Amino acid sequence: MSDGTLYDKVWENHAVTTLPTGQTQLFVGLHLIHEVTSPQAFGMLRERGVDVAFPERTHATVDHIVPTADQSRPYADAAAEEMMSELEENVRDSGIEFSDPTSGDQGIVHVIGPEQGMTQPGMTVVCGDSHTSTHGAFGALAFGIGTSQIRDVLATGCVAMEKKDVRKIEVTGELGDCVEAKDVILEIIRRLGTDGGVGYVYEYAGEAIESLDMEGRMSICNMSIEGGARAGYVNPDETTYEWLRDTDAFRDDPEKFERLKPYWESVASDDDAEYDDVVTIDGSSLEPVVTWGTTPGQGVGISEPIPHPEDLPEDKRDTARRAQEHMRVTPGETMEGYEVDVAFLGSCTNARLADLRRAARLVKGREVDPDVRAMVVPGSQRVQTAAEAEGLDDVFREAGFDWRNAGCSMCLGMNEDQLEGDEACASSSNRNFVGRQGSKDGRTVLMNPRMVAAAAVTGHVTDVRELPEREVDGEVEA
Amino acid sequence: MSSSNPTDDGGDKGPAETVTHVSGTGIPIRGNDIDTDQIIPARFMKVVTFDGLGQFSFFDQRFTDDDEEKEHPMNEDRFRDASVMVVNANFGCGSSREHAPQALMRWGVDAIVGESFAEIFAGNCLALGVPTVTADHETVSEIQAWVDAHPQETIDVDVEGETVTYGDTTVDVTVDDAQRKALVEGVWDTTALMGANGNAVRETADSLPYVTGDGV
Ligand code: SF4
Repeated sequence: MSDGTLYDKVWENHAVTTLPTGQTQLFVGLHLIHEVTSPQAFGMLRERGVDVAFPERTHATVDHIVPTADQSRPYADAAAEEMMSELEENVRDSGIEFSDPTSGDQGIVHVIGPEQGMTQPGMTVVCGDSHTSTHGAFGALAFGIGTSQIRDVLATGCVAMEKKDVRKIEVTGELGDCVEAKDVILEIIRRLGTDGGVGYVYEYAGEAIESLDMEGRMSICNMSIEGGARAGYVNPDETTYEWLRDTDAFRDDPEKFERLKPYWESVASDDDAEYDDVVTIDGSSLEPVVTWGTTPGQGVGISEPIPHPEDLPEDKRDTARRAQEHMRVTPGETMEGYEVDVAFLGSCTNARLADLRRAARLVKGREVDPDVRAMVVPGSQRVQTAAEAEGLDDVFREAGFDWRNAGCSMCLGMNEDQLEGDEACASSSNRNFVGRQGSKDGRTVLMNPRMVAAAAVTGHVTDVRELPEREVDGEVEA
Repeated sequence: MSSSNPTDDGGDKGPAETVTHVSGTGIPIRGNDIDTDQIIPARFMKVVTFDGLGQFSFFDQRFTDDDEEKEHPMNEDRFRDASVMVVNANFGCGSSREHAPQALMRWGVDAIVGESFAEIFAGNCLALGVPTVTADHETVSEIQAWVDAHPQETIDVDVEGETVTYGDTTVDVTVDDAQRKALVEGVWDTTALMGANGNAVRETADSLPYVTGDGV
């Protein structure tokens, strides 16, 4: 059993009691809701005649179904309009704050929580969305829940859970040129498997993690669930506090910041904390990772050959064969040169300002390949506004990208942004499941945002480190 | 189909029923890492209730673009009344969408036997009173083969005794402790359980600096 970890401490601080099932009743510090998974829960509440217990600890946004082009109401898609109206009614009736599209604060739930300072260290954060693990980047204990659990949280402010084991994943050394947080997490999932994290919460640590900015930490924690772990976190440190200081929660109230900081510091894992498992990865040996298959665990370094199914463990072979058939890739070859039809820069994994800035630098002075449909979908309206203030939108537009409004968009294709037929997509999102991007024959290749930008301009999967240099504003850039 | 619980109308169970065992005919769904996007594609989630989701279970595996039936166990007449689904490893991975188990339950699934389940998926199943019991690869493969050969015969999933019986064979399976207790004692309505502890919840909340300090 783990002892002295952030997980143990936050769990302990929020444990209300032990239920007859043996599960722990955990108090929820922040409950985020969106339009897809909450309406049924509100329905269940109404059936029982129960009110929302802690509306002030609940916050709503709309992300999955919002159109990212024309957002005028009513939405062109009647089903989307119905979901939106239902959410509006629910939050109005219950007195829940709503970052709606007219507020300028709307965005993907895992982008807006952190950017508004709602997500804080030592908190429990839940949302009816598996990528809630993102918020763990702040040293919060954050996990995705199902709709019946949303009902629990709405009705009681609590969730019933069993305690997990803690695996520390230590990424040592310094990441190489153009190797990003996304590559680290794709590598972790590839090594430990998509179900390697079942039963565990992941603590990401080590020099390579500590030197990441908050955006990078969020990208890593975001995909914990892709490795089977319900939650993942990074211990809070100065980088975390710097981010928080500048959010809505503390900008005008530095005293509140100082009052809470000792609590944040107290929940970080002790130096002599005990873990149930420890895995070490040499971060300096990594290169950009791309997926060749249809699970996030089917990844490969950009210069490495795609594996032959027969070289994989027996239980992975069938899935690998089917995936290779679907993706039309050849074992023994690298992914470099794999032609793409679409480039999608977006999602809660990689559509924050830092991601867009890096990609824009690469795109500047280049043009999107004429055969590629390329789009940028900022993670939130605030990201969008900030990016536009810096002129990033012009950089992308001039290169031939479509610059859209905030939402989940082509990450899962619940709005009009979808793959068509068997299009192949270089995507900065987190899931390459068959059908994920809206077409069941679509082919998704996951990669970091700069690699997406590189694929957009060359028309195929490209090692971003090998793009020829070009002159931008009188300076030479890679 | 016979079942120890009255869910065959596809609706939600009452709050405090016990689920000690489930019996019915089986259906094998083979393959590891079957994700929730396969179980219920996202486009069918543009709904505000779970009603009617059953027909969309595994939709893209079952139908072509022109809505013609493809080869899939759920399209086969012999499995049409099945209520015990037999699956392989890491079933239900991916998103937290409760639409996935809701769709399966509304199709007619009352219990799932598999090698392993993604955690959120298993939790969602529990919230619906649908047991997810596990056994090793060989055992599961044998059950799948048997179901294929005996689509009209009953499998019995004994949640309390942690066994699965098919034909003359009874094998041991694992049921997660909390899940077993919850189902067997009928205490899987966590809203009611936790709602009874209001004072303790307030106490916990008041002990947290970020709650007492100001709201979020
Ligand atoms: S961006 Fe994608 S992964 Fe993130 S919340 Fe939206 S649909 Fe889910």
